[in-house]
Amino acid sequence: MTYFPEEVVEHIFDFLGSHRDRNAVSTVCKAWYHVERFSRRNVFVGNCYAIRPERVMARFPGMKSLSVKGKPHFADYNLVPYDWGGFALPWINAAVRRCPGLEDLRLKRMVVTDDDLDLLARSFPNFRSLVLVSCEGFSTDGLAAIATYCRGLRELDLQENEVEDHGRQWLSCFHESCTSLVSLNFACLKGEVNAGVLERLVARCPNLRSLKLNRAVSVESLNEIVARAPYLVDLGTGSFAVDHHTDAYQRLMNSFSKCKSLSSLSGFWEASPHCLDAVYPVCINLTVLNMSYAPAIQADDLIKLISLCFKLQKLWVLDCIGDKGLAVVASTCKELQELRVFPSDIYGAGATSVTEEGLVAISSGCPKLNSLLYFCYQMTNAALITVAKNCPHFTRFRLCILDPWKPDPVTNQPLDEGFGAIVRSCKNLRRLSLSGLLTDQVFLYIGLYAKCLEMLSIAFAGDSDKGMVYILKGCKNLRKLEIRDCPFGDFALLNDVAKYETMRSLWMSSCDVTLGGCKALAAKMPRLNVEIINESEGSDKLEENISDLHKAEKMYVYRTVAGPRNDAPDFVWTL
Amino acid sequence: MPTTETGKSSTESEVSGLDYEETQLTLAPPGGSKSEPEKKRGFSESIDLRLGRPALEAHAKDPASGSSHGPVSGAGKSPASKAQVVGWPPVRSFRRNALRSCTYVKVAVDGTPYLRKVDLDAYAGYQQLLTALEEMLSCFTARDYTNERRLVDPVNGAEYVPTYEDKDGDWMLVGWWMFLLHARD
Repeated sequence: MTYFPEEVVEHIFDFLGSHRDRNAVSTVCKAWYHVERFSRRNVFVGNCYAIRPERVMARFPGMKSLSVKGKPHFADYNLVPYDWGGFALPWINAAVRRCPGLEDLRLKRMVVTDDDLDLLARSFPNFRSLVLVSCEGFSTDGLAAIATYCRGLRELDLQENEVEDHGRQWLSCFHESCTSLVSLNFACLKGEVNAGVLERLVARCPNLRSLKLNRAVSVESLNEIVARAPYLVDLGTGSFAVDHHTDAYQRLMNSFSKCKSLSSLSGFWEASPHCLDAVYPVCINLTVLNMSYAPAIQADDLIKLISLCFKLQKLWVLDCIGDKGLAVVASTCKELQELRVFPSDIYGAGATSVTEEGLVAISSGCPKLNSLLYFCYQMTNAALITVAKNCPHFTRFRLCILDPWKPDPVTNQPLDEGFGAIVRSCKNLRRLSLSGLLTDQVFLYIGLYAKCLEMLSIAFAGDSDKGMVYILKGCKNLRKLEIRDCPFGDFALLNDVAKYETMRSLWMSSCDVTLGGCKALAAKMPRLNVEIINESEGSDKLEENISDLHKAEKMYVYRTVAGPRNDAPDFVWTL
Repeated sequence: MPTTETGKSSTESEVSGLDYEETQLTLAPPGGSKSEPEKKRGFSESIDLRLGRPALEAHAKDPASGSSHGPVSGAGKSPASKAQVVGWPPVRSFRRNALRSCTYVKVAVDGTPYLRKVDLDAYAGYQQLLTALEEMLSCFTARDYTNERRLVDPVNGAEYVPTYEDKDGDWMLVGWWMFLLHARD
């Protein structure tokens, strides 16, 4: 293979889609390393602190598309303080200097400021796509800069970001000559946009295929938009609050019936009863349906809608759908691959919810199911064993029983056997989240059977260090391990320190690891950053007189070639 | 093995410093309204109206008291009440905030399988709420009676009156503003 000219090798590498494959071939020999690095266009950095941005750009000078992730996953659940880090600026700066041809940028769980967005907008003449997921630190001013300076922008996709509304009419900043938009998602914004501006923007972008409106967009406006963009494939509906007796509603129904290409629907923020009738004409073609932000939709209306969606592949709903609703999903949606059932009543016990029955029904009705996120109040071992038998193809299985330490309500036993059945049956399981009452036994099973597992989330589980040791020993492909409120301590942490260099990161909070244990880990493994997040009052520095026996409340360990980071706030101690 | 009911224990109120009021809105014939709709029984169950700021937010600002310690083993554990656990359930902040602003209450008609969700924010007053309920529960007819509308069972002519159950378990006939006061706390 090394006798082939470089162009041929490069051409062969073009067929390698995944980052992992390209990473693998680049380690074969120097020649391949060089060919690969000059030809890589898409660069993915899973942890922004694992490597310096300059080094990435130096290695891949032909980079066109960059994706970077910042904060640890548990930041989603408020476990990481606001100014922990994950700043976008160093990455944007480095790209400005080294990769002016940058076209696409995707950032997840990072801090992005308006100045960052302004710099981004002005620096890359070929820029086409900005995707921000779970980011914060910017406002509509930053979006205005993007709209103003990114001529030729094709995609602006804002997913679940915290965006400050500065009232600026950012949407108006898209120039009249901007006709290139293919995808626009501003569903997470709280503020209003000018309806006329929005409608004109949609009308002049003939390639627009994905449009997700925010809550502030009225049904009247939605109607105008849908009428002007009948080729939409993916639509987020805005508020969808409409009285079904009105003309506006009739017009909406007519508009939807003309949308022959629509296959993905979301939004419905304020949808009221009966208004879903307007959507019936498109149900037959829907492959993706997200009703998880529509708490006002009655279970019966939801069921009527879903019973028409024969082609559905991905469904996100609230648990008010109930077991009865899930039974309808099971009998209707034979193509279903991904199901997410979110809790509608986070702050109390919902009277209507889903139980193990709903999950069992889904598992027996939907043979193609491979990805699950399921919030419920109870689960049984028998149900999980049945699910495991019915659905051996799970790649992602995330079960959240809302009460910590809750056992099987029928047998009062821990759920070890149930989850054990899942990992035994699902040989391709890559991601797993556990909940309910669990002993060390479940970790024995996971270590024994979950050989493909890459990400594991554990909360309120286990009896002793043995549990964590089983995981670290058995899960050969583990990349991310996140643990909270489990009785794992220094013995488990230090049992196999080399393991952490084979993983992206380890998070442990409210466990039994001590400061001394973390220091020992840091001392043994110089290529790991061992960070302690210390939030107690009045201690800004790692003080000499804090005993090593003191528990480390939050610890984040990750492999890095960049050394300790230089932007850590005072409450983050890198050991 | 204790299983937890949620967030109603006095411990939780003490810890969080917040007072959770419960409200169940049900329709029942007057006089017969004292019969308790058991919470877990079939269709006549109605959901509690969750009031006040959630304790989870309070604890997010005070992490020292937030997270629970690792459990001791076995069946003797008493599950932490949700209010004391930071970041649990694992729901993204964005989603929490998006769903929090809902002031929905379920309305059940005593002795029938009718159960509907109602957004209190959407109604400016009692009559509007009644009208909306009438529309939703369309088997009942409204009849003008002086200037008030009441819900009437077409079979026996008995009048249905909206009542709610406060946290002490007393049934209250209530004027709108009183209800809102309790509901919105």
